[in-house]
Amino acid sequence: MSTTAAVQFKSQARRLTADLEHRQWIFKALRGYETKRDECKARFQNWEAARQAAAEIKHDTINHLDRYLEQFVHHLESRGAKVHWAADARAAREIILDIARQNQVRFIIKSKSMTSEEIHLNEALEQGGFEVFESDLGEYIVQLRGEPPYHIVFPAMHLKRGQISEVFQKKLQAEPVTDPEALTMIARRVMRQKFCQADMGISGVNFGVAENGMIAITENEGNARLTTNLPRIHVALMGIEKLVRTMDDLALLWPMLATAGAGQWLTGYNTLYGGPRMTGESDGPEQFHVVLLDNGRTRLLADVEQRDVLHCIRCGACLNVCPIFRNVGGHTYGTTYQGPIGSVLTPHLRGLQDWKHLSYASSLCGACSETCPVKIDLAHHLLHNRRNAVKANPPLMERLAFAGFKVMMRHPALYQIGMTLGRWLQPLHKLVQGTALDPARAWTRTRQAPRFAGESFHQWWKKNRSNRSES
Amino acid sequence: MSTTNSSPREAMLGRIREALKTIAPRPGHAHATEGTHTPPPRDGDFRPMLPAVGQSWDEQCQQFARNAELLKATFKVLPNPAAAREEIQRIIREENWKRLATHEHPFLQQIVRDLGPAVVWADRPYPKMELESCDGAVTTCEALIAQTGSVLVTSRNCGGRAISILPPHHIVVASREQLLPDLLAAFALMRQKYGAHYPSMISFITGPSRTGDIERILVLGAHGPKRLTILLMTGK
Repeated sequence: MSTTAAVQFKSQARRLTADLEHRQWIFKALRGYETKRDECKARFQNWEAARQAAAEIKHDTINHLDRYLEQFVHHLESRGAKVHWAADARAAREIILDIARQNQVRFIIKSKSMTSEEIHLNEALEQGGFEVFESDLGEYIVQLRGEPPYHIVFPAMHLKRGQISEVFQKKLQAEPVTDPEALTMIARRVMRQKFCQADMGISGVNFGVAENGMIAITENEGNARLTTNLPRIHVALMGIEKLVRTMDDLALLWPMLATAGAGQWLTGYNTLYGGPRMTGESDGPEQFHVVLLDNGRTRLLADVEQRDVLHCIRCGACLNVCPIFRNVGGHTYGTTYQGPIGSVLTPHLRGLQDWKHLSYASSLCGACSETCPVKIDLAHHLLHNRRNAVKANPPLMERLAFAGFKVMMRHPALYQIGMTLGRWLQPLHKLVQGTALDPARAWTRTRQAPRFAGESFHQWWKKNRSNRSES
Repeated sequence: MSTTNSSPREAMLGRIREALKTIAPRPGHAHATEGTHTPPPRDGDFRPMLPAVGQSWDEQCQQFARNAELLKATFKVLPNPAAAREEIQRIIREENWKRLATHEHPFLQQIVRDLGPAVVWADRPYPKMELESCDGAVTTCEALIAQTGSVLVTSRNCGGRAISILPPHHIVVASREQLLPDLLAAFALMRQKYGAHYPSMISFITGPSRTGDIERILVLGAHGPKRLTILLMTGK
């Protein structure tokens, strides 16, 4: 398995970095994002202080997670919500399938949830005989194309209007229009029927408020409002790290999520849900379920060095600024979460040895750490992953190479011989350069090998020092 | 609580407590432990970081108007309920509404009575398709937020959960004292009003429904209302 993910990543990355049209398309989209994000950042009186405060809010919550989680659940249950505890993806899928079966559900409508992608919920529901529809426009488009989301916030950012029109014509027998507004209206029309038919709505959760046991969902389209209001059952799937302490924390985190995530001052709908329909209320679901998901999160929590990865609010800002993401694209990662946060998180969710290659796909420029609204030092976490991977499973060739290097560095005579040999042998390297016989192939396939200097620094120093002392 | 439910719960809480035996250093304090530093930030600390809001009602109203414009919502300040009624009648004629959704509310009564179109009362149980077929909705709100241009609605007080999202045009009627400076003030209001018994939904609506999922081009009315009209009345 370990080679499959890494090999696939490499071959996909090679293909996409050579696809200039794709790269330019992604660059253009992200330049637009950057302009808008900067405008929104400028509206804050003090963006840097806000980042520090946001980091401290999440630190306080995560480091007292047991207490806040119990408070959250207590309030939820007291208002008639049913809370489920899922240790892993399989348990979460079973819980949701059971709810659907017990209530004779047929149609399920979903609003965007990366956590549901993480547990591969759609496949499980479809195998269970349920019809599932993604209602977020971008998610719906990639669902129709049979693709995973390209980006955690902009699922269909890689597609052009023509491709979207094509899939709408093929799958929905829609009229051949390409105008974004007309295309959006096609999806609106189709989804309206689904919303009214669906028996069950499944949503994610952006924040869980410990103070009053309400879940907060952030969205622009209104599809999450419809998903959680119209069907008779609402199931919310929530990673346990999503908690905040009070509603007041949202007064800071909502504008930060919108700014960092989409270059918006505040997202269109920020909604708190606290239960099923209450006495005296005219609509809303009869049942409200919250599924709390661990799936590796407590393991990450136990890692003090990397615990703050759980502070992530999934804004996607680190993807947008990452030179690797911009060049290899979202699908290349082969993960639920792409970009720097995905490279840091995936080894914890799916195994370090199988996914360590992602931590090497980094220029270590630090753009991710600098942009993160909750100040997660992602660039260093990539290094932590590398170190941990090597510590747990030191590669033989690397160990031999470093042992040899050590011997050479400690013996000046050996070093001299090595340098001289290198200078003599380098011309021969040209004969095999870039071929399968080349020992430096990984480097020379796309780059020129640096040339040995005609004389070593040692020799140069000897010559020039004496010159200087004479003058 | 049944044992089948309590065991996964206790197991997960157990894993969390075990993991938290070591406290992670505070952000920006590489070696500090808990208790040796200022407490983590709370509500009031956030105000100097967020955009400044004017002190006076007029300043806040102007700020709300600027935000509404950026969000492509329609915002009008009107002298009294009679003027609001006139404005709503104009919209109904202009857009040729056949059916409108609204709810009982002392504040709304003089505005929505006998407007013309058939009425769906969304504060009592109603058939979904009937609300879906409405051309527009007229509701009250809990507050308007100057700093963000948001309208705050709840399931308790504003005609339920779906009325503000299903019909294609949402008209919100607000009174002078409902204009609040920021989100913190809105949360304080919710706590004071509903602290013991929160409604099942509290929603901040910031502009009409929107999407940029196709080529990042803004389209209004993705799934929710294509138009949002906010009428703020300064007098009774």
